[in-house]
Amino acid sequence: MPKDSGIGASSKRREDVRFLTGTGNYTDDINLHGQAYVHFLRSDVAHGRINGINTDAAAAMPGVVRIFTGADFEGVGGLPCGWQVTDKHGEPMQEPPHPVLAQGKVRHVGDPIAAVVADSAEQARDAAEAIEVDIEDLPAVIDMKAALADGATKVHDDLTSNLCYDWGFVEENKAAVDEAIANAAHVTTLELVNNRLVANPMEPRVAVADYNRANDESTLYTTSQNPHVIRLLMGAFVLGIPEHKLRVVAPDVGGGFGTKIFHYAEEAFCTFAARAINRPVKWTSSRSEAFISDAQGRDHVTRIELALDADNNFTAIRTETHANMGAYLSTFASSVPTWLHGTLMAGNYKTPLIYVNVKAVFTNTVPVDAYRGAGRPEATFQLERVIDKAARELGVDPIALRRQNFITEFPYATPVAVEYDTGNYVATMDKLEQVADLSGFAARRAESEAKGMLRGLGVNCYIEACGIAPSNLVGQLGARAGLYDVATVRVNATGSISVMTGAHSHGQGHETAFPQVVADMLGIDESMVNIVHGDTAKIPHGMGTYGSRSLAVCGSAMVRATEKIINKAKKIAAHLMEASEADIELKDGQFSVAGTDKSVAWGDVCLAAYVPHNYPLEDIEPGLEETAFYDPANFTYPAGAYACEVEVDPETGKVSIERFSAADDFGNIINPMIVDGQVHGGLAQGIGQALLEHAIYDESGQLLNASYMDYAMPRADDVPFYEVDHSCQTPCTHNPLGVKGCGEAGAIGSPPAVVNAVIDALQSGGKDVTHIDMPVSPSRVWAAMNG
Amino acid sequence: MTQVSMTVNGKAVSGDVEGRTLLSSFLRDHLSLTGTHVGCDTGQCGACMVHVDGDAVKSCNMLALEAEGAQVDTIEGQAGADGSLNVIQQAFQDHHGLQCGFCTPGMVMSAAALLKNNPQPTEAEIRAYLEGNICRCTGYHNIVKAIMAASGQDVGAIAAE
Repeated sequence: MPKDSGIGASSKRREDVRFLTGTGNYTDDINLHGQAYVHFLRSDVAHGRINGINTDAAAAMPGVVRIFTGADFEGVGGLPCGWQVTDKHGEPMQEPPHPVLAQGKVRHVGDPIAAVVADSAEQARDAAEAIEVDIEDLPAVIDMKAALADGATKVHDDLTSNLCYDWGFVEENKAAVDEAIANAAHVTTLELVNNRLVANPMEPRVAVADYNRANDESTLYTTSQNPHVIRLLMGAFVLGIPEHKLRVVAPDVGGGFGTKIFHYAEEAFCTFAARAINRPVKWTSSRSEAFISDAQGRDHVTRIELALDADNNFTAIRTETHANMGAYLSTFASSVPTWLHGTLMAGNYKTPLIYVNVKAVFTNTVPVDAYRGAGRPEATFQLERVIDKAARELGVDPIALRRQNFITEFPYATPVAVEYDTGNYVATMDKLEQVADLSGFAARRAESEAKGMLRGLGVNCYIEACGIAPSNLVGQLGARAGLYDVATVRVNATGSISVMTGAHSHGQGHETAFPQVVADMLGIDESMVNIVHGDTAKIPHGMGTYGSRSLAVCGSAMVRATEKIINKAKKIAAHLMEASEADIELKDGQFSVAGTDKSVAWGDVCLAAYVPHNYPLEDIEPGLEETAFYDPANFTYPAGAYACEVEVDPETGKVSIERFSAADDFGNIINPMIVDGQVHGGLAQGIGQALLEHAIYDESGQLLNASYMDYAMPRADDVPFYEVDHSCQTPCTHNPLGVKGCGEAGAIGSPPAVVNAVIDALQSGGKDVTHIDMPVSPSRVWAAMNG
Repeated sequence: MTQVSMTVNGKAVSGDVEGRTLLSSFLRDHLSLTGTHVGCDTGQCGACMVHVDGDAVKSCNMLALEAEGAQVDTIEGQAGADGSLNVIQQAFQDHHGLQCGFCTPGMVMSAAALLKNNPQPTEAEIRAYLEGNICRCTGYHNIVKAIMAASGQDVGAIAAE
C-alpha cells in the first residue's frame, strides 16, 4: 500500500497552488518603489580591443540616470572562480581576471561593455543604442585545438596561452594504463563531441538591488540556486560588502539546472549601481541576452580508448578531452571537466586502470560551467558509447558485455579516487529489462520494419556522484568553498514547525518533501511543518541546491537538527511526567513513559518550552529550536540502467523516440511522485541533447542559434511517455536518510541510450555507421546513412 | 502615451501606454498581474499565454493597444472566487504537472483553450497543441497526463505516477 503521508508518500506539492494561480513571487515580480532599470550594452563581436566609449549622447537621452563603463569598476574586484585546479605538473591553473564590465577588451559576444541606468526599461534600452563604442576587431579564437596551436591569438593577453590547465588523473597511473592498452587483446577507440548546450531555465535571470544608505545595507533579489554563495562571492570578492550589510534573496526561481548557481556580473552590477545612485536598480534578462550571458554547458571534444582482454574483461581506459571554458572562468567551470568528470570514468564497471587527461581551453565564446549533470554526462556518454562500440566490434551482446564487467561488491574503490559505498547494478539492469520489455523488442522492430522504418534499441548504464563532500577533501582538490549544508528546525510554541534550509527549491518541491521527513520523525502531520529557504536574512549559512545534493546533504542536516529537537523534547517530557528521560518514547506525536499509560502530547511539550512555568530551567534552556550543519563523509552514488527505442526514417534521417525506460537506484525515496518528475525532466533534457540541442558558434564567434527560433528546445511532441522505475533501492550507507539524489540522473543517463539506439537502428538497416555526434539531427543521420 | 481600456478577468481596467507596450507588459507592469510570465522574446515559449476574447494568445506578441475593448483572461482569473483550483489547475497538481512553475500559467491557459475546442484530445493532439509552450522541468510527461485527466480520460494506465 502506498503511504499517504510522511517518508515514502507521494504527497501533493503545496507550492503548486501559488504557481497554478499566478501568485508565485519570482524575482521579476518584485518591484521596489522608485526603482531604476538597467540595460546592458553588450559586445556584438567575439574579440576586440575597446579603444573608446562615448556616452555623451546617451547620457543626454530622456530618463537616463547614469551610465557605467568598465572604468567605473577600476579597483572593484572581478568575478571569482570557486575551484582552483592543479595541472599535471603541479602548477595552478591559469586564472584570468573577469571584470564586471569589460575593461580594455571584449572577449565574447555578449560581454557587457556599458550599463545604462534609467527611469524606465525602455529609456535604458533606447539610450544604450546611442552609446558609441570604438572596438578594434581582433581575430576570434573559437575552435579549441586551434586555440592551443602555436601563435594562436590569446583570449587573455596576460596569460601565457589559451590553455587554462592540462590535467592528468591519476597521473601516477598513466604509464600502467599506456602499457595495458599497448598489450590489450582488443582496443576500441572512439572520438566524439559532447555538444555545447544552453541550460535555458524558463525564467530568465533577473536582479533587483536595493540600498539603504542610512544603515549602509544592501539587498539583492536574484534568480539564484544558492543565495549564501552569492552573498559570500559578491560581498567578499567583488564589492567588499561584509555579510551583515548584505542580504541576498532568491525567491521563487523558475528553474536553474546549474546555470543559476554562478555569480554573474549583472547581479554585482545592480548591487554596485544601487549604492552608487542610492536608488533601487532592476535588470531583467531577455531570452536573447540569456543565450549570450548565461553560462553554457558541456562542450567537450574527447578521444576514449577501452582496452579488453581476450575474455572481454575491461582492462584499461584512457581518455583525452578538450574542455571549452569560454572566455572567462565561470564560478565552478574548472571543476566540471576534472573532479566532476574524471572521477566518474569508472562508471559501473571494474576497470582496474584508468587515466584521464583534460585540457581546458579559453575561447572567445560564452563561459561554460555546470549544467545538469556537469561532467558526469560527459563521462557517461563517452564510456557508454565506447562500450557499445566495443560490443559491436567483438560481436557480443552489449548488455552481456556490461553485465560481465559490472562492479558487484561494495564498497568499491575505483582507480579514479572515489569509493562507491553501495549499489546493485545487476538488479537495475534486471529491472530495466523488465520495465522496458526488452523481450518484446524483436516484435516491435518487425512492426517498424513493416512500415519501412528502422528500429533500434540502445541500452546503457550510468553512475553519478552527488552531494559532493566532505569539505576537507574537496578543499584538497581545489574547492574554495565548503560543501556542507545546514538546517534550523524552529518549533513554535504551539507545536507547528518552521525549517530554515540552506537548500533552495526551484522546482524540486522541497516545500513538500522536506516536511515529510520532519513530520515522519516526530509523528505529526506534514501540514504542521513549513520550509523557509532562499533568504540570507532568514536562513543559516547553507550552500544551496545543485549536484542533486539537497536531500542528501541539507536533508541530512535537517534530520540531525530534528534529532536534537527530539532529544530536548524528551527531556522536557520526562520532567512533565516526572519520569526518567531514558524511559521516554516518541510515537505518533505523543511522548509516553515506557511501560506505563502516562503520556504527553507534542504540543504540550512545545508549549512548556516556551511557557516554562513547570520546566527544569536549571538543566535546560527554554525554547525549542536547533540547528545542525552536516558535512557528508562521502559522495552518494545513484546509478541505473536506461533503454531507448527509436525509429529512424531511412528516407529523411529523422529519429523519433518510441520508448524510453529508466531503472534507477536512488536509495531511499521520500516522495516517489517528485522523484518520477525529476527523472522525467532529466530524460527530456538528455533527449534534447541527443537529438535537438546544440549551441553553434561560427568562425567569428557569433552564436548562430541564440533564440528559441533557432535553438531546438525539446517540445511536447519530441518526447514520449517515459517508463520510470526506482524500486531497486540500495540505501546510501553514510547519510541518515539513506538517500542518494535524483535530480541529474535522467540528463546523465539518457544521451548514450539515444545514440546507441540510433546506431543500432542504422546497423539493422545494413548501414556501417559506428558513431554520429550529437545532436543526432536528420541531416547528420541522413549523411551518415548515405555517406 | 495613449489610453487603453479592456476587461481583464471580468474587471474593467484602463491605463496609459506607449504604442510599443506589449499586452504582457501592460498586464504585468501596469496591472501587477504578474502571473503572466515572459520567458522569451520571440513568441516561442508560451509562458505569457492569455485568452483574448476567448482565444489563446501569446500576450508578448500583441500590443496592449490591440486589446482595446477586449475581454482578456489571465491565470489570476482561473481559480474560483474562494480560491479553489479549477479542473485543469487541480489536475496539474494531482498529476505533478509542474515543477518550477514558470511555464505553468501558460500551460494552464493553453490547456484550457485546447479543451474548450477539443474536450477529449488524444495524447498526440495534446502534444501537438503544446508545440507553442516550452517546459524545461517536467519532460512534458505529467503535463500531458494532467490535461488528459482534466478532460475526464482515465490516465491510470499511463506509465509511472
